[in-house]
Amino acid sequence: MSSSGGDAIRPRVRIQDGSASRPVPAAQRNDNGGTRRAAVFDIRDMSVHYGENRALDWTTLRIDRNLVTAVIGPSGCGKSTFIRSLNRMNDSIPGFRIGGQVLYHGHDLYARQTNRVEVRRRIGMVFQKPNPFPKSIYDNVAWAPRNLGMKSGLDERVERALRHAAIWDEVKDRLRASALSLSGGQQQRLCIARSIAVEPDVLLLDEPASALDPVATAAIEDLMHNLKHRYTIVIVTHNMQQAARVADRTAFFSLDERDRTGTLVEYGDTDTIFTNPADPRTRDYVTGRFG
Amino acid sequence: MTSTAPSPELQPGAYDPTSPLVASGNLRRREAVSRAISGLATASSLVAVAALVIVTVAVVRHGAGALSLSFLVKDPPQFGGPGGGIASAIVGTSLIVAMAAIIATPVGVLCALYLVEFSAPGSRPARAMRLALDLMQGLPTVVVGLFIFGLVVKPAQAESGFAGSLALAIIMLPLIARSSQEVLLTVPRGLRDGTDALGVDRWRAIMTVILPTALGGILTGTILAVARAAGETAPLLLIDGAFTPGTTVQLFGHAVPNIPVLIFTAVESADPSAFARAWGAALVLLALILIANVGARVLLARSRARMGL
Repeated sequence: MSSSGGDAIRPRVRIQDGSASRPVPAAQRNDNGGTRRAAVFDIRDMSVHYGENRALDWTTLRIDRNLVTAVIGPSGCGKSTFIRSLNRMNDSIPGFRIGGQVLYHGHDLYARQTNRVEVRRRIGMVFQKPNPFPKSIYDNVAWAPRNLGMKSGLDERVERALRHAAIWDEVKDRLRASALSLSGGQQQRLCIARSIAVEPDVLLLDEPASALDPVATAAIEDLMHNLKHRYTIVIVTHNMQQAARVADRTAFFSLDERDRTGTLVEYGDTDTIFTNPADPRTRDYVTGRFG
Repeated sequence: MTSTAPSPELQPGAYDPTSPLVASGNLRRREAVSRAISGLATASSLVAVAALVIVTVAVVRHGAGALSLSFLVKDPPQFGGPGGGIASAIVGTSLIVAMAAIIATPVGVLCALYLVEFSAPGSRPARAMRLALDLMQGLPTVVVGLFIFGLVVKPAQAESGFAGSLALAIIMLPLIARSSQEVLLTVPRGLRDGTDALGVDRWRAIMTVILPTALGGILTGTILAVARAAGETAPLLLIDGAFTPGTTVQLFGHAVPNIPVLIFTAVESADPSAFARAWGAALVLLALILIANVGARVLLARSRARMGL
Protein backbone atom coordinates (compact mmCIF):
# COMPACT_ATOMS: atom_id res chain seq x y z
CA MET A 1 0.00 0.00 0.00
CA SER A 2 1.35 3.36 -0.91
CA SER A 3 1.87 6.05 1.65
CA SER A 4 -1.14 7.80 0.23
CA GLY A 5 -3.39 4.86 0.86
CA GLY A 6 -5.59 6.91 3.13
CA ASP A 7 -8.42 7.76 0.84
CA ALA A 8 -10.71 4.85 0.36
CA ILE A 9 -11.85 5.93 -3.07
CA ARG A 10 -9.62 4.87 -5.88
CA PRO A 11 -10.98 5.77 -9.25
CA ARG A 12 -9.47 2.95 -11.22
CA VAL A 13 -12.39 2.40 -13.52
CA ARG A 14 -11.80 3.63 -17.00
CA ILE A 15 -14.71 4.56 -19.19
CA GLN A 16 -14.37 2.74 -22.44
CA ASP A 17 -16.92 4.06 -24.82
CA GLY A 18 -15.20 4.37 -28.12
CA SER A 19 -13.19 7.45 -27.31
CA ALA A 20 -10.73 6.81 -30.11
CA SER A 21 -13.34 6.95 -32.81
CA ARG A 22 -14.63 10.34 -31.82
CA PRO A 23 -13.51 13.08 -34.21
CA VAL A 24 -11.60 15.99 -32.81
CA PRO A 25 -13.50 19.24 -33.32
CA ALA A 26 -11.93 21.60 -35.79
CA ALA A 27 -11.47 24.25 -33.17
CA GLN A 28 -9.21 22.01 -31.10
CA ARG A 29 -6.75 21.18 -33.85
CA ASN A 30 -4.46 24.09 -33.25
CA ASP A 31 -3.65 22.68 -29.83
CA ASN A 32 0.06 22.79 -30.47
CA GLY A 33 0.04 26.51 -31.00
CA GLY A 34 2.38 26.13 -33.94
CA THR A 35 5.57 26.41 -31.87
CA ARG A 36 7.90 23.61 -30.81
CA ARG A 37 7.67 23.47 -27.07
CA ALA A 38 7.88 20.60 -24.65
CA ALA A 39 4.49 19.33 -23.61
CA VAL A 40 3.93 19.12 -19.88
CA PHE A 41 0.42 17.75 -20.07
CA ASP A 42 -0.83 15.75 -22.98
CA ILE A 43 -4.51 15.23 -22.33
CA ARG A 44 -6.28 12.76 -24.57
CA ASP A 45 -10.03 12.29 -24.63
CA MET A 46 -10.36 13.03 -20.94
CA SER A 47 -13.87 12.72 -19.60
CA VAL A 48 -15.01 12.94 -16.00
CA HIS A 49 -18.02 11.48 -14.23
CA TYR A 50 -19.26 12.12 -10.73
CA GLY A 51 -21.42 9.08 -10.08
CA GLU A 52 -23.98 9.04 -12.84
CA ASN A 53 -23.37 12.63 -13.87
CA ARG A 54 -20.96 13.38 -16.64
CA ALA A 55 -19.13 16.56 -15.70
CA LEU A 56 -16.64 16.84 -18.51
CA ASP A 57 -16.70 15.58 -22.05
CA TRP A 58 -13.91 14.48 -24.36
CA THR A 59 -11.20 16.95 -23.70
CA THR A 60 -8.05 16.76 -25.77
CA LEU A 61 -5.35 19.38 -25.41
CA ARG A 62 -1.67 19.93 -24.78
CA ILE A 63 -0.27 22.19 -22.13
CA ASP A 64 3.27 23.38 -22.81
CA ARG A 65 6.18 24.17 -20.58
CA ASN A 66 6.76 27.68 -19.22
CA LEU A 67 3.53 29.06 -20.54
CA VAL A 68 0.53 30.40 -18.72
CA THR A 69 -2.52 28.52 -19.90
CA ALA A 70 -5.86 29.99 -18.93
CA VAL A 71 -9.08 28.03 -18.68
CA ILE A 72 -12.16 30.20 -19.09
CA GLY A 73 -15.87 29.54 -19.37
CA PRO A 74 -19.22 30.04 -17.68
CA SER A 75 -20.13 28.55 -14.29
CA GLY A 76 -20.58 24.80 -14.26
CA CYS A 77 -18.67 24.21 -17.50
CA GLY A 78 -16.17 21.91 -15.85
CA LYS A 79 -13.23 24.32 -15.50
CA SER A 80 -12.52 23.35 -11.93
CA THR A 81 -13.16 19.69 -12.62
CA PHE A 82 -10.63 19.91 -15.42
CA ILE A 83 -7.85 21.59 -13.46
CA ARG A 84 -8.41 19.45 -10.36
CA SER A 85 -8.02 16.37 -12.52
CA LEU A 86 -4.51 17.49 -13.44
CA ASN A 87 -3.13 16.77 -9.96
CA ARG A 88 -5.69 14.23 -8.83
CA MET A 89 -7.43 16.51 -6.35
CA ASN A 90 -10.73 14.99 -7.46
CA ASP A 91 -9.78 11.54 -6.21
CA SER A 92 -11.35 12.14 -2.82
CA ILE A 93 -14.72 13.09 -4.30
CA PRO A 94 -17.12 10.15 -4.01
CA GLY A 95 -18.10 8.71 -7.36
CA PHE A 96 -15.30 10.40 -9.30
CA ARG A 97 -14.27 8.49 -12.44
CA ILE A 98 -12.01 9.61 -15.23
CA GLY A 99 -11.78 8.33 -18.77
CA GLY A 100 -9.19 8.84 -21.46
CA GLN A 101 -5.61 9.67 -20.61
CA VAL A 102 -3.79 12.44 -18.83
CA LEU A 103 -0.11 12.19 -19.67
CA TYR A 104 2.30 14.26 -17.61
CA HIS A 105 5.73 14.31 -19.27
CA GLY A 106 4.59 11.10 -20.90
CA HIS A 107 3.56 9.37 -17.67
CA ASP A 108 -0.06 8.42 -17.15
CA LEU A 109 -1.28 10.40 -14.13
CA TYR A 110 -3.96 7.83 -13.40
CA ALA A 111 -1.90 4.70 -13.95
CA ARG A 112 -2.02 2.10 -11.23
CA GLN A 113 1.59 2.61 -10.23
CA THR A 114 1.28 6.40 -10.14
CA ASN A 115 1.50 7.72 -6.60
CA ARG A 116 -0.98 10.49 -5.98
CA VAL A 117 1.14 12.16 -3.32
CA GLU A 118 4.15 12.27 -5.65
CA VAL A 119 1.92 13.72 -8.37
CA ARG A 120 0.94 16.60 -6.12
CA ARG A 121 4.46 17.16 -4.95
CA ARG A 122 5.36 18.04 -8.55
CA ILE A 123 2.06 19.66 -9.49
CA GLY A 124 1.11 22.23 -6.88
CA MET A 125 -2.24 23.91 -6.54
CA VAL A 126 -3.59 27.17 -5.20
CA PHE A 127 -7.28 27.39 -4.45
CA GLN A 128 -10.04 29.92 -4.88
CA LYS A 129 -10.30 30.62 -1.17
CA PRO A 130 -6.98 31.37 0.52
CA ASN A 131 -6.32 28.46 2.88
CA PRO A 132 -3.28 29.27 5.02
CA PHE A 133 -2.66 26.83 7.85
CA PRO A 134 -3.35 28.16 11.35
CA LYS A 135 0.37 28.57 11.91
CA SER A 136 2.90 31.36 11.61
CA ILE A 137 3.78 32.86 8.23
CA TYR A 138 7.18 31.18 8.36
CA ASP A 139 5.73 27.80 9.32
CA ASN A 140 3.19 27.94 6.51
CA VAL A 141 5.96 28.15 3.94
CA ALA A 142 8.34 25.84 5.80
CA TRP A 143 5.73 23.18 6.47
CA ALA A 144 5.92 21.23 3.22
CA PRO A 145 9.74 21.40 2.85
CA ARG A 146 10.09 20.14 6.42
CA ASN A 147 7.72 17.26 5.81
CA LEU A 148 9.37 16.39 2.52
CA GLY A 149 12.82 16.23 4.07
CA MET A 150 14.16 19.47 2.54
CA LYS A 151 15.44 20.71 5.85
CA SER A 152 18.80 22.17 4.94
CA GLY A 153 18.80 25.87 4.18
CA LEU A 154 15.21 26.15 5.28
CA ASP A 155 15.41 29.86 6.11
CA GLU A 156 16.79 30.67 2.67
CA ARG A 157 14.17 28.49 1.03
CA VAL A 158 11.37 30.26 2.87
CA GLU A 159 12.77 33.67 1.98
CA ARG A 160 13.17 32.70 -1.67
CA ALA A 161 9.60 31.41 -1.87
CA LEU A 162 8.22 34.53 -0.21
CA ARG A 163 10.27 36.74 -2.56
CA HIS A 164 9.07 34.90 -5.63
CA ALA A 165 5.52 35.26 -4.42
CA ALA A 166 6.12 39.02 -4.07
CA ILE A 167 5.16 39.12 -0.42
CA TRP A 168 8.57 39.13 1.27
CA ASP A 169 8.73 42.87 1.84
CA GLU A 170 5.35 42.86 3.52
CA VAL A 171 6.03 40.01 5.93
CA LYS A 172 9.81 39.91 6.49
CA ASP A 173 9.49 41.67 9.85
CA ARG A 174 6.76 39.45 11.18
CA LEU A 175 7.51 35.94 9.99
CA ARG A 176 6.41 34.58 13.38
CA ALA A 177 3.01 36.25 13.23
CA SER A 178 -0.02 34.16 12.46
CA ALA A 179 -0.77 33.70 8.78
CA LEU A 180 -4.39 34.35 9.63
CA SER A 181 -3.53 37.96 10.51
CA LEU A 182 -2.76 38.70 6.85
CA SER A 183 -5.25 40.25 4.44
CA GLY A 184 -6.98 38.05 1.87
CA GLY A 185 -4.64 39.08 -0.93
CA GLN A 186 -1.58 38.53 1.25
CA GLN A 187 -2.91 35.16 2.35
CA GLN A 188 -3.31 34.13 -1.28
CA ARG A 189 0.25 35.17 -2.12
CA LEU A 190 1.39 33.28 0.98
CA CYS A 191 -0.40 30.21 -0.38
CA ILE A 192 1.47 30.67 -3.67
CA ALA A 193 4.73 30.99 -1.73
CA ARG A 194 3.82 27.84 0.16
CA SER A 195 3.31 26.02 -3.14
CA ILE A 196 6.55 27.15 -4.76
CA ALA A 197 8.59 26.46 -1.62
CA VAL A 198 8.73 22.79 -2.65
CA GLU A 199 9.81 23.77 -6.18
CA PRO A 200 7.04 22.12 -8.12
CA ASP A 201 7.11 21.70 -11.87
CA VAL A 202 3.58 22.96 -12.46
CA LEU A 203 1.39 25.43 -10.59
CA LEU A 204 -2.35 25.00 -10.91
CA LEU A 205 -4.34 28.09 -9.89
CA ASP A 206 -8.06 27.56 -9.43
CA GLU A 207 -9.62 31.04 -9.61
CA PRO A 208 -6.88 32.42 -7.37
CA ALA A 209 -8.12 36.01 -7.49
CA SER A 210 -11.87 35.59 -7.44
CA ALA A 211 -12.09 36.32 -3.71
CA LEU A 212 -9.75 39.30 -3.90
CA ASP A 213 -10.12 43.01 -4.54
CA PRO A 214 -8.70 44.57 -7.75
CA VAL A 215 -5.44 45.71 -6.15
CA ALA A 216 -4.69 42.27 -4.75
CA THR A 217 -5.73 40.76 -8.07
CA ALA A 218 -3.25 42.95 -9.93
CA ALA A 219 -0.50 41.81 -7.55
CA ILE A 220 -1.30 38.16 -8.28
CA GLU A 221 -1.35 38.80 -12.03
CA ASP A 222 2.04 40.55 -11.96
CA LEU A 223 3.36 37.62 -10.05
CA MET A 224 2.28 35.19 -12.73
CA HIS A 225 4.32 36.94 -15.40
CA ASN A 226 7.43 36.36 -13.32
CA LEU A 227 6.58 32.85 -12.21
CA LYS A 228 6.10 31.46 -15.68
CA HIS A 229 9.83 31.59 -16.34
CA ARG A 230 10.29 28.94 -13.68
CA TYR A 231 7.01 27.07 -13.68
CA THR A 232 4.31 25.94 -16.02
CA ILE A 233 1.10 27.61 -14.95
CA VAL A 234 -2.51 26.63 -15.53
CA ILE A 235 -5.05 29.13 -14.26
CA VAL A 236 -8.80 28.82 -14.11
CA THR A 237 -10.56 32.16 -14.14
CA HIS A 238 -14.06 33.43 -14.66
CA ASN A 239 -12.56 36.81 -15.47
CA MET A 240 -11.93 37.09 -19.22
CA GLN A 241 -9.83 40.24 -18.94
CA GLN A 242 -7.61 38.39 -16.52
CA ALA A 243 -7.13 35.57 -19.00
CA ALA A 244 -6.35 38.08 -21.74
CA ARG A 245 -3.79 39.82 -19.50
CA VAL A 246 -1.89 36.86 -18.11
CA ALA A 247 -2.26 33.88 -20.43
CA ASP A 248 -0.27 32.77 -23.45
CA ARG A 249 -2.83 30.14 -24.34
CA THR A 250 -6.50 30.04 -23.52
CA ALA A 251 -8.92 27.15 -23.44
CA PHE A 252 -12.61 27.99 -23.57
CA PHE A 253 -14.95 25.48 -21.95
CA SER A 254 -18.69 25.64 -22.25
CA LEU A 255 -21.80 23.74 -21.27
CA ASP A 256 -23.13 21.52 -23.98
CA GLU A 257 -26.75 22.61 -24.53
CA ARG A 258 -27.98 19.08 -25.16
CA ASP A 259 -26.64 17.07 -22.25
CA ARG A 260 -25.58 19.82 -19.80
CA THR A 261 -22.00 18.54 -19.78
CA GLY A 262 -18.89 20.66 -19.70
CA THR A 263 -16.96 20.51 -22.91
CA LEU A 264 -13.87 22.07 -24.46
CA VAL A 265 -14.96 24.38 -27.25
CA GLU A 266 -11.77 25.99 -28.38
CA TYR A 267 -8.12 26.12 -27.43
CA GLY A 268 -5.40 28.25 -28.87
CA ASP A 269 -3.21 31.32 -28.48
CA THR A 270 -4.88 33.87 -26.24
CA ASP A 271 -4.76 36.51 -28.97
CA THR A 272 -6.56 34.24 -31.36
CA ILE A 273 -9.19 33.22 -28.87
CA PHE A 274 -9.99 36.81 -27.99
CA THR A 275 -9.70 38.46 -31.40
CA ASN A 276 -10.38 35.81 -33.98
CA PRO A 277 -12.06 32.77 -32.45
CA ALA A 278 -13.00 29.93 -34.75
CA ASP A 279 -16.13 28.89 -32.89
CA PRO A 280 -19.20 31.17 -32.67
CA ARG A 281 -19.73 30.10 -29.04
CA THR A 282 -16.29 31.38 -28.13
CA ARG A 283 -16.97 34.63 -29.94
CA ASP A 284 -20.25 35.10 -28.10
CA TYR A 285 -18.59 34.45 -24.77
CA VAL A 286 -15.50 36.64 -25.15
CA THR A 287 -17.54 39.52 -26.51
CA GLY A 288 -19.97 39.26 -23.61
CA ARG A 289 -22.89 38.17 -25.71
CA PHE A 290 -23.07 34.84 -23.95
CA GLY A 291 -26.60 33.98 -22.81
CA MET B 1 -62.51 22.61 -7.59
CA THR B 2 -62.80 23.82 -11.16
CA SER B 3 -60.48 26.17 -12.89
CA THR B 4 -63.15 28.81 -13.30
CA ALA B 5 -63.70 29.24 -9.55
CA PRO B 6 -60.49 30.53 -7.93
CA SER B 7 -59.96 29.50 -4.34
CA PRO B 8 -61.02 32.22 -1.92
CA GLU B 9 -57.61 32.88 -0.37
CA LEU B 10 -56.16 33.80 -3.75
CA GLN B 11 -58.82 36.46 -4.33
CA PRO B 12 -57.52 39.99 -4.15
CA GLY B 13 -59.09 42.00 -1.40
CA ALA B 14 -59.12 39.09 1.07
CA TYR B 15 -57.62 41.53 3.55
CA ASP B 16 -57.43 45.28 3.72
CA PRO B 17 -53.77 46.32 3.11
CA THR B 18 -54.38 49.65 4.83
CA SER B 19 -55.52 48.11 8.14
CA PRO B 20 -53.18 48.59 11.18
CA LEU B 21 -50.13 46.25 11.29
CA VAL B 22 -51.20 44.19 14.27
CA ALA B 23 -51.56 40.42 14.52
CA SER B 24 -54.88 39.30 13.18
CA GLY B 25 -56.65 36.08 12.24
CA ASN B 26 -54.79 32.90 13.14
CA LEU B 27 -51.50 34.77 13.52
CA ARG B 28 -52.66 35.60 17.04
CA ARG B 29 -53.03 31.89 17.82
CA ARG B 30 -49.71 30.98 16.20
CA GLU B 31 -47.97 33.66 18.21
CA ALA B 32 -49.46 32.31 21.42
CA VAL B 33 -48.19 28.81 20.58
CA SER B 34 -44.79 30.22 19.70
CA ARG B 35 -44.59 32.09 23.01
CA ALA B 36 -45.62 28.97 24.92
CA ILE B 37 -42.93 26.84 23.27
CA SER B 38 -40.20 29.40 23.81
CA GLY B 39 -41.32 29.73 27.44
CA LEU B 40 -41.10 25.95 27.88
CA ALA B 41 -37.64 25.87 26.34
CA THR B 42 -36.44 28.65 28.63
CA ALA B 43 -37.94 26.96 31.68
CA SER B 44 -36.31 23.65 30.79
CA SER B 45 -32.92 25.31 30.49
CA LEU B 46 -33.42 26.89 33.89
CA VAL B 47 -34.35 23.51 35.38
CA ALA B 48 -31.15 22.00 33.96
CA VAL B 49 -29.00 24.79 35.37
CA ALA B 50 -30.87 24.62 38.67
CA ALA B 51 -30.20 20.89 38.96
CA LEU B 52 -26.47 21.53 38.54
CA VAL B 53 -26.50 24.40 41.03
CA ILE B 54 -28.49 22.44 43.62
CA VAL B 55 -26.21 19.40 43.39
CA THR B 56 -23.08 21.55 43.62
CA VAL B 57 -24.40 23.61 46.52
CA ALA B 58 -25.46 20.47 48.39
CA VAL B 59 -22.07 18.84 47.92
CA VAL B 60 -20.23 22.01 48.97
CA ARG B 61 -22.44 22.58 52.04
CA HIS B 62 -22.17 19.03 53.31
CA GLY B 63 -18.63 18.41 52.21
CA ALA B 64 -16.98 21.65 53.29
CA GLY B 65 -17.25 20.66 56.95
CA ALA B 66 -15.20 17.51 56.36
CA LEU B 67 -12.53 19.32 54.38
CA SER B 68 -9.22 20.04 56.05
CA LEU B 69 -5.58 19.62 55.18
CA SER B 70 -5.41 16.31 57.00
CA PHE B 71 -8.49 15.14 55.09
CA LEU B 72 -6.52 15.60 51.90
CA VAL B 73 -3.15 14.23 52.97
CA LYS B 74 -4.00 11.44 55.46
CA ASP B 75 -5.17 7.93 54.71
CA PRO B 76 -8.38 6.62 56.26
CA PRO B 77 -7.87 4.93 59.66
CA GLN B 78 -6.69 1.37 59.22
CA PHE B 79 -9.57 -0.24 61.11
CA GLY B 80 -12.41 2.18 60.42
CA GLY B 81 -13.87 4.84 62.68
CA PRO B 82 -13.60 8.63 62.62
CA GLY B 83 -10.57 10.71 61.75
CA GLY B 84 -8.06 10.36 58.98
CA GLY B 85 -8.48 11.49 55.40
CA ILE B 86 -8.93 10.19 51.90
CA ALA B 87 -5.45 10.70 50.47
CA SER B 88 -5.16 7.11 49.28
CA ALA B 89 -8.44 7.39 47.34
CA ILE B 90 -7.43 10.69 45.74
CA VAL B 91 -4.14 9.20 44.59
CA GLY B 92 -5.84 5.99 43.49
CA THR B 93 -8.61 7.65 41.49
CA SER B 94 -6.11 9.99 39.83
CA LEU B 95 -3.91 7.06 38.81
CA ILE B 96 -6.75 4.83 37.64
CA VAL B 97 -8.35 7.58 35.57
CA ALA B 98 -5.02 8.77 34.17
CA MET B 99 -4.20 5.23 33.08
CA ALA B 100 -7.66 4.88 31.54
CA ALA B 101 -7.16 8.14 29.63
CA ILE B 102 -3.74 6.99 28.44
CA ILE B 103 -5.35 3.84 27.05
CA ALA B 104 -8.55 5.33 25.65
CA THR B 105 -7.38 8.65 24.17
CA PRO B 106 -5.09 7.37 21.40
CA VAL B 107 -7.53 4.65 20.44
CA GLY B 108 -10.47 7.04 20.51
CA VAL B 109 -8.71 9.73 18.46
CA LEU B 110 -7.54 7.11 15.96
CA CYS B 111 -11.14 5.84 15.66
CA ALA B 112 -12.23 9.40 14.91
CA LEU B 113 -9.43 9.78 12.37
CA TYR B 114 -10.54 6.57 10.72
CA LEU B 115 -14.11 7.84 10.49
CA VAL B 116 -13.25 11.31 9.21
CA GLU B 117 -9.96 11.05 7.34
CA PHE B 118 -9.48 7.49 6.18
CA SER B 119 -12.84 5.90 5.48
CA ALA B 120 -15.16 6.99 2.74
CA PRO B 121 -18.09 8.85 4.28
CA GLY B 122 -21.18 6.68 4.31
CA SER B 123 -19.23 3.55 3.42
CA ARG B 124 -20.22 0.28 5.02
CA PRO B 125 -17.28 -0.04 7.43
CA ALA B 126 -17.63 3.60 8.49
CA ARG B 127 -21.34 3.16 9.22
CA ALA B 128 -20.67 -0.05 11.14
CA MET B 129 -17.98 1.74 13.14
CA ARG B 130 -20.30 4.63 14.05
CA LEU B 131 -23.02 2.20 15.09
CA ALA B 132 -20.54 0.25 17.22
CA LEU B 133 -19.43 3.44 18.97
CA ASP B 134 -23.02 4.46 19.65
CA LEU B 135 -23.84 1.04 21.06
CA MET B 136 -20.71 1.15 23.16
CA GLN B 137 -21.77 4.51 24.56
CA GLY B 138 -25.01 2.87 25.66
CA LEU B 139 -23.34 -0.09 27.37
CA PRO B 140 -24.42 -0.28 31.02
CA THR B 141 -21.26 0.33 33.00
CA VAL B 142 -22.00 -2.57 35.33
CA VAL B 143 -21.86 -4.82 32.27
CA VAL B 144 -18.46 -3.39 31.39
CA GLY B 145 -17.37 -4.09 34.96
CA LEU B 146 -18.62 -7.66 34.78
CA PHE B 147 -16.83 -8.15 31.47
CA ILE B 148 -13.50 -6.97 32.88
CA PHE B 149 -14.16 -9.04 36.00
CA GLY B 150 -14.46 -12.17 33.87
CA LEU B 151 -11.61 -11.23 31.57
CA VAL B 152 -9.00 -9.92 34.01
CA VAL B 153 -9.92 -10.21 37.68
CA LYS B 154 -11.16 -13.78 37.73
CA PRO B 155 -8.21 -15.34 35.86
CA ALA B 156 -5.73 -13.31 37.93
CA GLN B 157 -7.57 -14.16 41.14
CA ALA B 158 -7.08 -10.56 42.20
CA GLU B 159 -8.80 -7.24 41.87
CA SER B 160 -6.57 -4.49 40.58
CA GLY B 161 -6.47 -0.81 39.82
CA PHE B 162 -5.39 -1.63 36.30
CA ALA B 163 -8.55 -3.69 35.76
CA GLY B 164 -10.45 -0.58 36.84
CA SER B 165 -8.51 1.48 34.31
CA LEU B 166 -9.43 -0.98 31.57
CA ALA B 167 -13.12 -0.74 32.42
CA LEU B 168 -13.01 3.05 32.55
CA ALA B 169 -11.12 3.11 29.23
CA ILE B 170 -13.95 1.13 27.62
CA ILE B 171 -16.42 3.68 28.98
CA MET B 172 -14.32 6.63 27.79
CA LEU B 173 -13.47 5.31 24.34
CA PRO B 174 -16.78 6.01 22.54
CA LEU B 175 -17.10 9.42 24.21
CA ILE B 176 -13.64 10.45 23.02
CA ALA B 177 -14.10 8.96 19.56
CA ARG B 178 -17.45 10.58 18.92
CA SER B 179 -16.51 14.02 20.24
CA SER B 180 -13.20 13.96 18.33
CA GLN B 181 -15.08 12.98 15.21
CA GLU B 182 -17.40 15.96 15.55
CA VAL B 183 -14.44 18.29 15.99
CA LEU B 184 -12.49 16.85 13.05
CA LEU B 185 -15.53 17.39 10.86
CA THR B 186 -15.35 21.11 11.64
CA VAL B 187 -11.76 21.41 10.37
CA PRO B 188 -12.18 23.32 7.08
CA ARG B 189 -11.89 21.29 3.91
CA GLY B 190 -9.54 23.95 2.55
CA LEU B 191 -6.83 22.88 4.98
CA ARG B 192 -6.96 19.30 3.74
CA ASP B 193 -6.89 20.50 0.13
CA GLY B 194 -3.93 22.69 1.01
CA THR B 195 -1.92 19.88 2.55
CA ASP B 196 -2.85 17.46 -0.24
CA ALA B 197 -1.82 19.94 -2.93
CA LEU B 198 1.68 20.20 -1.47
CA GLY B 199 2.45 16.54 -2.00
CA VAL B 200 2.71 15.71 1.67
CA ASP B 201 1.12 12.46 2.72
CA ARG B 202 -2.06 12.46 4.77
CA TRP B 203 -0.57 11.15 7.97
CA ARG B 204 1.91 14.00 8.27
CA ALA B 205 -0.82 16.46 7.40
CA ILE B 206 -2.95 14.96 10.16
CA MET B 207 -0.18 15.14 12.73
CA THR B 208 1.02 18.64 11.94
CA VAL B 209 -1.99 20.54 10.61
CA ILE B 210 -5.31 18.81 11.15
CA LEU B 211 -4.88 17.50 14.72
CA PRO B 212 -3.31 20.74 16.00
CA THR B 213 -6.24 22.66 14.53
CA ALA B 214 -8.72 20.32 16.18
CA LEU B 215 -6.75 19.98 19.41
CA GLY B 216 -8.99 22.22 21.50
CA GLY B 217 -12.14 20.29 20.78
CA ILE B 218 -10.44 16.92 21.16
CA LEU B 219 -9.04 17.97 24.51
CA THR B 220 -12.44 19.18 25.68
CA GLY B 221 -14.04 15.89 24.66
CA THR B 222 -11.32 13.95 26.45
CA ILE B 223 -11.75 15.99 29.62
CA LEU B 224 -15.49 15.36 29.55
CA ALA B 225 -14.80 11.66 29.19
CA VAL B 226 -12.35 11.82 32.11
CA ALA B 227 -14.95 13.60 34.22
CA ARG B 228 -17.49 10.96 33.36
CA ALA B 229 -15.10 8.09 34.14
CA ALA B 230 -13.76 9.59 37.37
CA GLY B 231 -17.12 9.20 39.10
CA GLU B 232 -17.96 5.80 37.61
CA THR B 233 -18.77 3.47 40.49
CA ALA B 234 -20.39 0.28 39.27
CA PRO B 235 -17.42 -1.32 37.50
CA LEU B 236 -15.01 -0.35 40.28
CA LEU B 237 -17.24 -2.02 42.88
CA LEU B 238 -16.79 -5.28 41.00
CA ILE B 239 -13.14 -5.11 40.06
CA ASP B 240 -11.43 -2.58 42.30
CA GLY B 241 -13.53 -2.53 45.47
CA ALA B 242 -11.76 -4.65 48.10
CA PHE B 243 -8.90 -2.33 48.93
CA THR B 244 -6.99 -1.66 52.10
CA PRO B 245 -6.97 1.99 53.20
CA GLY B 246 -3.27 2.66 52.67
CA THR B 247 -1.93 4.78 49.81
CA THR B 248 -0.45 2.83 46.92
CA VAL B 249 0.80 3.74 43.47
CA GLN B 250 0.96 0.12 42.36
CA LEU B 251 -1.92 -0.36 39.90
CA PHE B 252 -1.24 -4.05 39.33
CA GLY B 253 -1.96 -7.07 41.46
CA HIS B 254 -4.20 -5.61 44.13
CA ALA B 255 -7.15 -3.30 44.56
CA VAL B 256 -6.37 0.41 44.70
CA PRO B 257 -8.40 2.78 46.89
CA ASN B 258 -10.61 5.12 44.87
CA ILE B 259 -13.12 7.85 45.59
CA PRO B 260 -16.35 6.38 44.13
CA VAL B 261 -16.05 3.09 46.04
CA LEU B 262 -14.96 5.00 49.14
CA ILE B 263 -18.13 7.10 48.94
CA PHE B 264 -20.22 3.98 48.41
CA THR B 265 -18.80 2.07 51.36
CA ALA B 266 -18.84 5.14 53.59
CA VAL B 267 -22.52 5.73 52.95
CA GLU B 268 -23.28 2.03 53.48
CA SER B 269 -21.43 1.83 56.78
CA ALA B 270 -23.10 2.32 60.17
CA ASP B 271 -20.53 4.88 61.28
CA PRO B 272 -22.02 8.42 61.25
CA SER B 273 -18.56 10.00 60.79
CA ALA B 274 -18.20 8.01 57.58
CA PHE B 275 -21.17 9.87 56.15
CA ALA B 276 -19.39 13.19 56.53
CA ARG B 277 -16.34 11.62 54.89
CA ALA B 278 -18.53 10.59 51.94
CA TRP B 279 -19.65 14.19 51.39
CA GLY B 280 -16.10 15.41 51.71
CA ALA B 281 -14.93 12.85 49.18
CA ALA B 282 -17.72 13.89 46.79
CA LEU B 283 -16.57 17.50 47.06
CA VAL B 284 -12.98 16.49 46.37
CA LEU B 285 -14.09 14.51 43.33
CA LEU B 286 -15.98 17.51 41.96
CA ALA B 287 -12.98 19.74 42.61
CA LEU B 288 -10.61 17.30 40.87
CA ILE B 289 -12.79 17.30 37.78
CA LEU B 290 -12.95 21.09 37.83
CA ILE B 291 -9.17 21.36 38.17
CA ALA B 292 -8.63 18.96 35.27
CA ASN B 293 -11.03 20.98 33.18
CA VAL B 294 -9.42 24.34 33.91
CA GLY B 295 -5.93 22.90 33.54
CA ALA B 296 -6.74 21.52 30.10
CA ARG B 297 -8.13 24.84 29.00
CA VAL B 298 -5.03 26.70 30.16
CA LEU B 299 -2.82 24.25 28.28
CA LEU B 300 -4.99 24.71 25.23
CA ALA B 301 -4.79 28.50 25.39
CA ARG B 302 -1.00 28.28 25.59
CA SER B 303 -0.71 25.94 22.63
CA ARG B 304 -3.03 28.14 20.60
CA ALA B 305 -0.94 31.19 21.41
CA ARG B 306 2.13 29.27 20.24
CA MET B 307 0.36 28.35 17.01
CA GLY B 308 -0.44 32.00 16.44
CA LEU B 309 -4.20 31.64 16.53
